[in-house]
This record gives sequence, structure tokens and C-alpha cells, in this order.
Amino acid sequence: MKILVGYVPTPEGEAALTAAAAEAELRGASILLLNTSRGDAYIDARYANADELAAAEAKLREHGVEVTIQQAVSEGDVAGALLKAAAAEDVGLIVLGLRRRSPVGKLILGSTAQRVLLESPVPVLAVKVPSPHD
Amino acid sequence: MIGLSVFGDLLHGFGTVLDPMNLLWAILGVTLGMLVGILPGIGPALTIALLLPITFNFSDPIGAFIMFAGIYYGAMYGGSTTSILINTPGESASVATAIEGHKMAQKGRARAALATAAIGSFVAGTISTVLLTFVAKPIGSLASHFQATDYFAITLLAMVAVTAIVGHSLVRGLLSLVVGLFIGLIGLDSLSGAPRYTFGTLRLLDGIDVVIVIVGLFAIGETLHVASKLRSTPERPAVLEKGRRLRTGYLTKSDWGRSWKPWLRGTALGFPFGAIPSGGAEVPTFLSYSIERRQARKKGRDEFGDGAIEGVAGPEAANNASFSGVLVPLLTLGLPTSATAAVMLAAFQIFNVQPGPQLFEDQSTLVWTLIASLYIGNLILLIMNLPLIQIWVQVLKVPRPLLYAGILVFACLGVYSLSGSGYEVLMALVIGVVGFFMRKLDFPIAPVILGVILGPTMEEQFRRSLVISNGDASVFVTRPLSAVIIVLTVLALFVPYLPRIVARIRGTQPTRDRLTFGEDD
Repeated sequence: MKILVGYVPTPEGEAALTAAAAEAELRGASILLLNTSRGDAYIDARYANADELAAAEAKLREHGVEVTIQQAVSEGDVAGALLKAAAAEDVGLIVLGLRRRSPVGKLILGSTAQRVLLESPVPVLAVKVPSPHD
Repeated sequence: MIGLSVFGDLLHGFGTVLDPMNLLWAILGVTLGMLVGILPGIGPALTIALLLPITFNFSDPIGAFIMFAGIYYGAMYGGSTTSILINTPGESASVATAIEGHKMAQKGRARAALATAAIGSFVAGTISTVLLTFVAKPIGSLASHFQATDYFAITLLAMVAVTAIVGHSLVRGLLSLVVGLFIGLIGLDSLSGAPRYTFGTLRLLDGIDVVIVIVGLFAIGETLHVASKLRSTPERPAVLEKGRRLRTGYLTKSDWGRSWKPWLRGTALGFPFGAIPSGGAEVPTFLSYSIERRQARKKGRDEFGDGAIEGVAGPEAANNASFSGVLVPLLTLGLPTSATAAVMLAAFQIFNVQPGPQLFEDQSTLVWTLIASLYIGNLILLIMNLPLIQIWVQVLKVPRPLLYAGILVFACLGVYSLSGSGYEVLMALVIGVVGFFMRKLDFPIAPVILGVILGPTMEEQFRRSLVISNGDASVFVTRPLSAVIIVLTVLALFVPYLPRIVARIRGTQPTRDRLTFGEDD
């Protein structure tokens, strides 16, 4: 079995990565790490560079987990890219990081997480960034 | 006493530009210019085209011209930012900058590259504005001796020279030019009053408004073209190294030492190349780049290709200096030498201001305020550019579909506001689609706009010459000045083939098949 983690080099992405590593250790599963961008802006901090991908890989290997890394521009459809990756491989769980969105922001840009949650054929683990007050 | 009167005029210009409202136009112009300069695919020609319909509502043309000039040279500052940080030139004039600039950024010297670009732009902008200040009026009075045949010859030279140098094929360029000339012909003949190419419709009797052509080609067509190339891998901007306190601290002592000569050489190249019809800033930036590389090799310092600061300093100075150069023929002869200048000329025509030798007499305040605004604008850009660089880069995060949709809506609104009729909007859209396919099929746009704007002028001068000479066509070659310009026009057709010709004479293989330069925008 594989665990698909949608990784972005942000606190949300790191939280998802940590949760995915723990889950993989627990289930003895390998991890498929997917990093993607809508690719419609000239710069996108969520499109990881080589250093960030290497760091994420090292973090997972520390936990003794096998990792496959996929990176591609998803042409405006990040949720679709995640769902497609989940369908293509033998994925049993999707791990996502969530962030707070304003209603207007969701109206204009939509919500990737919401689409994955509703459309995924496998269970989805949604992770929040631990707040500093907890 | 010419010098003194120039100072008096210039001081008067400063008086007008420091009026809070005009200062605001200057700040707005350079800020907009910076932003569109940073965005690849969106240039000053597009921006001025987009704002052109709005200026119809201006009571005072001075503000509009201050803003347009600010957009033009602000874009030259902004273009370097994208070149250096993400290796995607924001403007065609910044292509040369990207070669060394991005290498510098990768080696952790982004701040130094940005600083030498900004300070070099300021130095070049200021020096070339000083040159413009002293050169413009004498050239204007020289031009007052021009006769109809000379004007005909010089408009022909401008059209042919720009056509020869932009785009990848001379034939395509000339076809574009002919399309432009044709659009310019539509409407009533100014001398005989006969309708031409109106296809029997009353709508076309007034001709196609040049603003509609400009908005269609530059705003709608260009936007469709860049939008059609939407897919791209997002970049991560190079990280800025931790800043030192003062802006001068961005550059080390050796950086200053290596930068100041390229700045001056770049200025010396940019100004004259802006003034001759060579399509704007692209030619001098590449010349500056290769000269700096040769200079560095001579000194035994071969850092080029690996982040040499000279390769940023020279081209960036050249592109800013070229702007003041572009203004020389634009103001004194009414002659645009690049696409953006052609769009600015259309703005002059909207306000019934006829650039040319009389401009300095009739519109003294306008001209000198415009020139004074260049000094102020350059200063504003220098102050804003580096400290706020993180903010400027944010515009690159805008999702491009939203950006392009916004531009298209704004373009249609602008055309609609001109006439209040859907007919003009539809016409602009049709021209936009034509422009899109022209870009797609590699036909340059600049010749079209030159044809539309200069075509009617050329025709008028041509016929006036013939009327004066009683129909004797030999006037164009018997007057020495006209003859020289016409010979230059013919020679301009061979400029793109220069490398091949030189190689043939030397008996070697040409290194480049053709001299080509992308579209100036």
C-alpha cells in the first residue's frame, strides 16, 4: 500500500508530511510525495525547488519510510492531479494539509482540499498546522 | 544664449511638474511602468494602449504625457527585475540583462545585480535626459527647414527601417507594414474628399480610429497571444542576500569600479540608437552586452557567462538611455522609432498636439514639463525600486488567467467609453483577433502601427510635394537631403543581412544568418 501526500513547502505542507510519515511508519506503507502547482503564475512558492524536495525526502527517510517523489505542473487543476495520482498508484490513503480560507477566497479560487475530500475514492487524512496556543 | 533659454524653459517645466497633480501622474506612471515591466508579456505599449481611451477625458494633456512617459521608462527599470530574479525577461529590452543578471542572482549576488541595474538606469536616464534637453530644440529648429519631400522621405525611412529590423523575416515585416498602410487609407481622402475602401458603409467614412487599431492590436491581440502560451513551470525567485544598511551598500567598492564605465558606455549607445529608427532598446542593449564582454576579455577578466556585473550594468543603462533618445525624433519630427513611441504619437494626435519643429514654440510648457518629469521620474524610480523590490515581485504571483481576463475587459470598456457603441468594440475585437494570428504566425506588429500612424502623414507629404512640383516626381531625388534619406531607406533594407554580407566579403562563414530583433514593446 502507498500513502499519497500532497506536499507544499509551507507550514501546512510540513504538517501533512509529518502526519504522513507517522502514518506510514504505523502501517508499514511507502509514501508517494506529490508536489504540484497550478502553473498559472510566473512565481509560485508552493512549487518546491530541489533543496526543499531533498529536505522532505530526507525527513521521510529518517522515519525509515520508502519515498517516491512526483513533481509536475497540473495546469490549473491541483485537486485533479492529486486524485489522478491516487487512482494511478496503489494508494490507500491521501494526506493533506489544510489552511484557513476566507469565504471570498474560496469563492474565487475554489478549494483544492474540499474537492479531494469529496471526490477521493480512498480515505483522506486532513491535517492542520498545530497552533502555537495549544 | 541658447543655453540660457533652455535653462529658463526647463525651470519653467520643473515648476509645472512639481504641481501636486502632475507629480501624482508621474508617480502613477512610473509605478504602473515598473509593474508592467516586471510582468513578462505585458509591456509599455500594451499599457499605454489600454490607457489611451481614458485620456480622452483628460482636460489637460500634460498629465497624460507625464504618465505615459513614466510608463515607458518605468518599464525599463522593471524589466531588469524579472530578468535577474527569475531569468524571464520582463521586457524585450531586458533580454540581454538576463544572461549575466540571473547568473549573479544564482551566485547570491541578486542584490548587487539589481542595484547596478537600478543605479545604472538612473545614471543613464539622467544623462540622456540632459542630452535630450540640449539637443531637442536645436534639432527642432533644424527640422523647421524641412520641406514636404524631406518629410515624405523621413517617414518612409522610419517605417522601412523599423520593419527591416524587427521580426524574423523582411517579407513578413513588409506585409505587416502594408496592412497598416491599408488601414490608414480607409476613409475620406483628405485632399479630394473621395471615400476610399469604405465598402459603401457610412461607418467607415471617418476611417478606423487609430485608438481602436492600437487597443485591438496591442491590448487585445497581445493579451490573447501571451494568454495562449499560458503553460509554464513556475519559478522561484532568487533569494536576496541579507541587505546591508544603505542602498549604496548593495554594491561593493569593486562593483562600483566595474559598473561606472559600462553605465557610461551603455548611455552612449542607448541614446543615439533610440533616436534612429531601430525599433527601440533591443539593438543597443545587445551591442552594449557584447562590447562589455569584449572589454572584460581584453582586461583578462573572463567572468562573462558566469555572472559578470558589467553585463548587467551596460545593457540596463542602454535601455534607459534609449528612451530619451526615442523622444528626440518623436518630439522634434513627430517620428516614432519604436512601437511604444508610435502609440505615444497617437496620444499626441488625440490632444491635437502635432509633434514637430513647431512643438517647442506652440507647446513649450508641455514639452518642457515632459522633459522635467523625466528627471523627477528617474529619481522616484531610484528611490522606489530597490527598497520595495519584495513588493514588486508580488505581482508575479497573480494568477495569469485573472490578469489577462482583466486586461481584456478593461480594453473593451475603454473602447466602449470612446464611442458608446458596440460597433467600435466589435471592430477592436476583430482587429485583436487579426493581431493574435499575426503574432501566432510570426508577423511583427510594430510595422502595422507605424503604417497606420505614419501612412496618412506620408501620403499627405507625398502629394503636397507633387503639387508643389507640378507633378514632377523627380523632386524626391533632386533635393539632396531627400535623396540622402531615400538612399538610407534602401540601405536599411540590407541591415538585417549585414552578418552575411560581411562574411561574404571576408570570405568566412557567417556566425549569424540574419540580424533579427524581437518586437519592441
